[in-house]
Amino acid sequence: MKLDVVLAGVGGQGVLTAAAILAEAGRRHGLTVKQGEVHGMSQRGGAVNANLRMADAPVGSDLIARGSAEMILSLEPVEALRWLPYLSATGVVVTSSSPFRNIVDYPELPDVLEALAGLPRSVVVDADPLAREAGSGHANNVVMLGAASPLLPFPEEALVGCVADFFAAKGEKVVELNLRAFALGKAAGAAAHR
Amino acid sequence: MTQGVLPDLVPTPATRPERPGLPPLLLGDEAVALAAVHAGASAAYGYPGTPSTEILETLVRTAGETGLTAHWCTNEKTAYEQALGASMVGARVLVTMKHVGLNVAMDPFVNSALVNIHGGLVVVVADDPGMHSSQNEQDSRVLADFARVPCLEPATQQEAYDMTREAFALSERFRVPVLLRLVTRLCHGRAEVVASDREPRPEVRKFGDARDWTLLPGNARRLWQALLDAQPEVARWVESSPWVSLTRAPGPSAVITTGIARNHLAEVLPELPSRPAHLHVGAYPAPDALLRELLRGVESVLVLEEGYPFLERRLRGILPTPVEVRGKESGHLPLAGELTPDAVRDAFGLPHPPELTAGLRLPMRPPQLCQGCPHADAFSAVRQALQGLDTEPVVAGDIGCYTLGALPPHSTLESCVCMGASIGMAKGASDAGARPALAVIGDSTFLHSGLTPLIDAVAHDTDMTVLVLDNGTVAMTGQQPTALPRSRLEPLIRGTGVHPDHLHVVRTHPRKVDELAALIRREIDHPGLSVIVATRECLEAVRHEKKAAKARAEGGEP
Repeated sequence: MKLDVVLAGVGGQGVLTAAAILAEAGRRHGLTVKQGEVHGMSQRGGAVNANLRMADAPVGSDLIARGSAEMILSLEPVEALRWLPYLSATGVVVTSSSPFRNIVDYPELPDVLEALAGLPRSVVVDADPLAREAGSGHANNVVMLGAASPLLPFPEEALVGCVADFFAAKGEKVVELNLRAFALGKAAGAAAHR
Repeated sequence: MTQGVLPDLVPTPATRPERPGLPPLLLGDEAVALAAVHAGASAAYGYPGTPSTEILETLVRTAGETGLTAHWCTNEKTAYEQALGASMVGARVLVTMKHVGLNVAMDPFVNSALVNIHGGLVVVVADDPGMHSSQNEQDSRVLADFARVPCLEPATQQEAYDMTREAFALSERFRVPVLLRLVTRLCHGRAEVVASDREPRPEVRKFGDARDWTLLPGNARRLWQALLDAQPEVARWVESSPWVSLTRAPGPSAVITTGIARNHLAEVLPELPSRPAHLHVGAYPAPDALLRELLRGVESVLVLEEGYPFLERRLRGILPTPVEVRGKESGHLPLAGELTPDAVRDAFGLPHPPELTAGLRLPMRPPQLCQGCPHADAFSAVRQALQGLDTEPVVAGDIGCYTLGALPPHSTLESCVCMGASIGMAKGASDAGARPALAVIGDSTFLHSGLTPLIDAVAHDTDMTVLVLDNGTVAMTGQQPTALPRSRLEPLIRGTGVHPDHLHVVRTHPRKVDELAALIRREIDHPGLSVIVATRECLEAVRHEKKAAKARAEGGEP
């Protein structure tokens, strides 16, 4: 099996953290992992993406080919649409619907949501309020990991364990906050699944 | 769909045991850093530059535990020379930079190929095909070839580790620097890396003969001849090394891969009607004998390499060849940009799966200055100062976060060429008659390469105004410290001889834009050289520091 995930968002939203947690879950599950990141200038409020490739065999290209990703996991709805050409015909888009408006020509949100609703498979979750409910506006990335979790081939407790391990160094409070974010995202994802 | 795994994934049994004690998931950059420590390197030097930054950053962060001397330097040339000094006394040493940084270090790099390298000297150069964070996509393999030094090009993070280890030994064996060529996707991609045993550090002992390090013409002629004479032996090493591998196959077609292009080939191999003969090249000088062997009897060869068509050109030459050479110059692959699995599919004539589109025009989201960034205030002031002039101003820019001042909504900077170029270019424009001529440069870029052109401007009291944006950090690459603390900037500039009446250090602030604009206007009206240092801390650096302090107070890590 292979699991190619394009993670997307805006620089500063926590795309790399989400990718790192997912990658760790993959390899604890015995998969070979290649995780591509974007550093440098593009991190400054620009569109960012991470290519996460996992398989139970050696992984070839460092990049995901167009039309072949099993999942787009996005922290922002316009950014989810940006990487659509990389999604396979049977792939799923899991995205936050909370817009990040740092550009003047941001499209009308209803148009964006309509485009997402028109996809064969999507899970759309308003992550920002859930992140705040969990205790931090920055936890939207973990909310979205939670929303994606029922669609991933890992046991939930493994993914939860990776979230906890990832934030362990930042103290218990941060861990608890992120576990709440994960649970809220998971419930919202299950409700939004279509 | 019901709950559970994606239908197009083969579900993996949940009972599959987790692997305890997994090897670390490392960036290519981190793998190189780890290898340098394990190879017994005593020191590492560099200047930050995407995608190379994390190599030295890792070594600086871990210096306390490893005991390795890891220093950020003023620029790549000074970094290289420090590495050379360490090698001279027998220490193993790493020097890191991005591809365009090697241009800055070109003088010591090319000349150091002639000296009798003592302690292993490994030059790690990170190329940026596709220009994710760079102004060009030059290929460092060409420069290794130019300097006649061996070059290693890893395809995976594991190879980045293994090759770095070997590069030190190779450098000592052939008495030359060895260039390790990385590319963005390898630097910034993570994979598991298995480390091997740590070697002890070699003892510091000086080289034997000063004549082997003193490139006076008489010595240089002898050492150049020795370097040329060593080339066949280096080539034999390449051909026998594990980094070059020939897989024979019957049939009329062959493939050559270099570096990470091998990964793209692996991706499409299962879909090819038959397996082509394949030569993978991960070490240079080019393994000519193996290339000839691969091409014996085949009708066509496809060359997949990240960067310039380096091997492709070598094969093609200018005379007709009996073998059709396919690659970037034949139009089978794009000449510009990085290789993608999609481009490789095209080159093999493989079909593409269908693609979804948004059905909606998506706006671009280019990188931008952080909310409240002091650079934005500086740009507002420059624009305001230039309003209502009856001449056409020239605003030369430089390299850093503030290069975004060339983009809307700022649209202030009119050039960005290389580190420090703004000051020299403003002088040239002024000499040619442009008024007013301005240079806008960050503090770290100024220390890197802005000081020498400023001295030129002082020498001629050129009618120009230099605006140094001093945020006290190397912001774009992740807040590395600048080579000098900000308090030293003003005395440094004063020391070059800039007239004290036309040297100003001012605080940038959203409420002080008018004041700064008036000062800039006053100084562009002065018919000689002026320097304005506009200071204010990088907000991101301040935020990081606050976060770290808070975490320390709460007993956790930042």
